Amino acid sequence: MTARQIMTADEVRRALVRISHEIVEKHGGTAGLALVGIQRRGVPLARRIAAAIDEHEGVRPPVGALDITFYRDDLSLVAVQPVVKGTDLPFDLNDLTVVIVDDVLYTGRTVRAAMDALMDFGRPVAIRLAVLVDRGHRELPIRADHVGKNVPTSREETIKVHVAETDGGEDGVDIDRLEREGAGA
Amino acid sequence: MIAEPAVTTSTPPAWRHRHLLDVADLGLDELETVMRTTDAMATVLARPIPKVPTLRGVSVTSIFYEASTRTRVSFEVAAKNLSADIVNIAASSSSVAKGESLVDTVRTIEALGADVLVIRHARSGAPYLAASIFGGHVVNAGDGWHAHPTQALLDLYTLRERLPGADLHGRKIVILGDILHSRVARSNLWTLTATGADLWLCGPATLLRGFEALARALPGDRRLTVTTDLRAALRDADAVMTLRLQQERMAAGLLPSLREYAARYQLTAERLRAARPEALVLHPGPMNEGVEIAPDVATSGRSVITEQVANGVAVRMALLYLLAGGRPAESADAPA
Repeated sequence: MTARQIMTADEVRRALVRISHEIVEKHGGTAGLALVGIQRRGVPLARRIAAAIDEHEGVRPPVGALDITFYRDDLSLVAVQPVVKGTDLPFDLNDLTVVIVDDVLYTGRTVRAAMDALMDFGRPVAIRLAVLVDRGHRELPIRADHVGKNVPTSREETIKVHVAETDGGEDGVDIDRLEREGAGA
Repeated sequence: MIAEPAVTTSTPPAWRHRHLLDVADLGLDELETVMRTTDAMATVLARPIPKVPTLRGVSVTSIFYEASTRTRVSFEVAAKNLSADIVNIAASSSSVAKGESLVDTVRTIEALGADVLVIRHARSGAPYLAASIFGGHVVNAGDGWHAHPTQALLDLYTLRERLPGADLHGRKIVILGDILHSRVARSNLWTLTATGADLWLCGPATLLRGFEALARALPGDRRLTVTTDLRAALRDADAVMTLRLQQERMAAGLLPSLREYAARYQLTAERLRAARPEALVLHPGPMNEGVEIAPDVATSGRSVITEQVANGVAVRMALLYLLAGGRPAESADAPA
């Protein structure tokens, strides 16, 4: 194995705390703010950002979960149908600023699908994007507003994000040189 | 608060079929995949605009050689909710009326660009013939006495949704009525015994012919009781599914009269008292109220008949997605 750690648990925590401050600063407070995590790892990350905002602002913005399977543009290219994990948006999107949260930003196709999915639930005032890792190689004109760490990669590398809630063990981000499909495509 | 993400397995969902011809082909893991996918589809149906772009560009053709309201419309709504294009052919107004064979009709439908063929036919096995020549996916929407897979799956989904713990293990479920001519009973027989239910088939002896032998031939871990004794069947039942008397398929002499059948086997509120107080009442439709089921039972609080119809759309969305949502996977179905 050639896996190499590029973010420790502490670094992940600090990045999320910084993102939580950036979100509140850019939005000018917490009123009318909501976080939506993309299944799976975006969901616990969104919850943690909400908890961090609660810690320094005293208000916890609502958190939703978004499954983008039904909106993927590569359904006919994948060999087997992905498991549908469920969407739960326990608030009215209209008139909210929604921050999409995901673990890795890569081609941008997941975010494109997430925006289409959100639009089916209402008309947010604005949609912003927060990711833990931006690894480059965009195929669509999409950029993140808040980035935990920029990691220049080659397409042969994979970025593996470990989040305690979904993967067990400690948080962390690894980069791997094995040739297989990248995470967070 | 939002639900915790389900304990995730990185294994892909179990689904190994190019066609859906019979529920007996489906493993327990595949039944579970259908149920979970149906859950997701139900959340789509709960949205203000119940439409997702998942099957955009997929062309679905349905051809019904037998009359149908709910199954045909249910498939149509399901396909439209997934943004697929659907064409409905009624056999009576097509070239079938001019003597075109099933094989030629299927070839024509394929040449017109269909990816999915939904077929209902009065002859058992007709969908298998269609699957042997059709290049896409075939869905059996009911063939003769043989199978009605989507009905059995929506019944399973409805029962799991409504029975405490979403578990059918040890639950006493009664199918009552014209078992002999019923593809619904034959398909439910597989899914309900596979998921651990204690299944009872009940009706007049003439409409149960052959099922005692089937009960004896089933593997030991499947529980199936066949009886003409309605009272014994209903005692402490968790759910009762009544079936329509299929007079169009019925040979003369099986029943003395409809009135006698109703007198002895109609599901009435009085008879239902033998079942558990919270017992569910199901009916695959269409109903003949006053024959196999009393009108007050059909519309009572225990009846989940309209839920069955609503769940049917979600189940059919799930199946269209599983069949046509990806590149044809390694298939367990025999290739043509």
